Amino acid sequence: MEKLRITLGAVSRPLESLKVKTGDWGAEYPVVIEENCKACGDCVVYCPDLCIELVETGEVDEKGRKKKVAKVNYDYCKGCGTCSVVCRHEAIKMEIKELYKG
Amino acid sequence: MKLFGSGHGACPGCGLPIAVKSVLEGTGPCFVANATGCLEIISSQYGKSAWGVPYIHSVFENSAAVAAGIEAALKALGRKDEGPVVVFAGDGATADIGIGCLSGMFDRGHDVLYVCLDNEAYQNTGNQQSGLTPPGSNTTTTPAGKVLPGKVKPKKDMVSIALAHKARYVATASVAFPRDITRKAKRALEFEGPKYLQIHSVCVTGWGIAGKQAIPVARLAVETALYPLVEYEDGQLVRVRKIKDRKPVEEYLKPQRRFRHLFKHPKGKEVIAELQRIADENAKKYGLDE
Repeated sequence: MEKLRITLGAVSRPLESLKVKTGDWGAEYPVVIEENCKACGDCVVYCPDLCIELVETGEVDEKGRKKKVAKVNYDYCKGCGTCSVVCRHEAIKMEIKELYKG
Repeated sequence: MKLFGSGHGACPGCGLPIAVKSVLEGTGPCFVANATGCLEIISSQYGKSAWGVPYIHSVFENSAAVAAGIEAALKALGRKDEGPVVVFAGDGATADIGIGCLSGMFDRGHDVLYVCLDNEAYQNTGNQQSGLTPPGSNTTTTPAGKVLPGKVKPKKDMVSIALAHKARYVATASVAFPRDITRKAKRALEFEGPKYLQIHSVCVTGWGIAGKQAIPVARLAVETALYPLVEYEDGQLVRVRKIKDRKPVEEYLKPQRRFRHLFKHPKGKEVIAELQRIADENAKKYGLDE
């Protein structure tokens, strides 16, 4: 017999917020300058929208470690600029979206 | 699976998600009870939940009691190993509306980590003063005008209140130092019994700053000693964040719209002097100066 499943009332499933793409909120967006990025992870811990992660570039540095850089998920970035402020290596700059120029 | 996800409705630059994700990073999977407030609104709308952990919101005042109930149930069912119980509540829910339930939770000695997200007013409804609003702050219920220069009374000392309840671990943190929040959340869970963690969290709309300024302003609150970062274990002060070259409080007040009037109000100078006195007192009390 098939298992019967009854759901009472309104049930929220985990992480349903992921379907809300907040990337179109801001007027600015961050651009990572990859040669300056030291993959310290500061932007990752500060990002209020949890949309930055460190990804491997595929390159290997002189000590044989895999090189990583910060990558922004523009689906969720609200363009607050926190990452560009906390970056100690001037590796993130904010740019105005095409739509808001002029 | 992430414990707290993207797509929540916080304002750009808001400090709450930084505080929440840093705490969850330290605690790992846990049971979350949330009081009414900004965090509830931005993260738990129907069909848009940002939580990857079991989450409950009841009403404004009872998050501590709800968490106490969850903890007691886990204990009775022998399921304590499934994770700690964590409360997220705002400053209004902690210091004003829910202080009775919080006191009861401390008193009964429940094994709960209570996190107060302190953005210094009822920001969810548009900046009304709470017990944790600092003096001089211009809010809709303490408007700066001809008679008064914003809020008059000082910030409620919730750290001392928690200590007076013999809470086992009491600490303050700031969103300007997220790794510090994670460490404190982790440390708190090493104690069995009630724990209290108060996190200074920036509100960009209520404080009147741009999203970009959020972290620098939060950092200034710590660097001026207006928000001392302290840690008590079993009633003993064990660690403080030392400050190199303490800054005058004006540097913290100037960028914020809620304090703008202090620089032209006839009583403004008195309030700034009072805030500087509070900062000096904090620095002396906790030995913050390096």
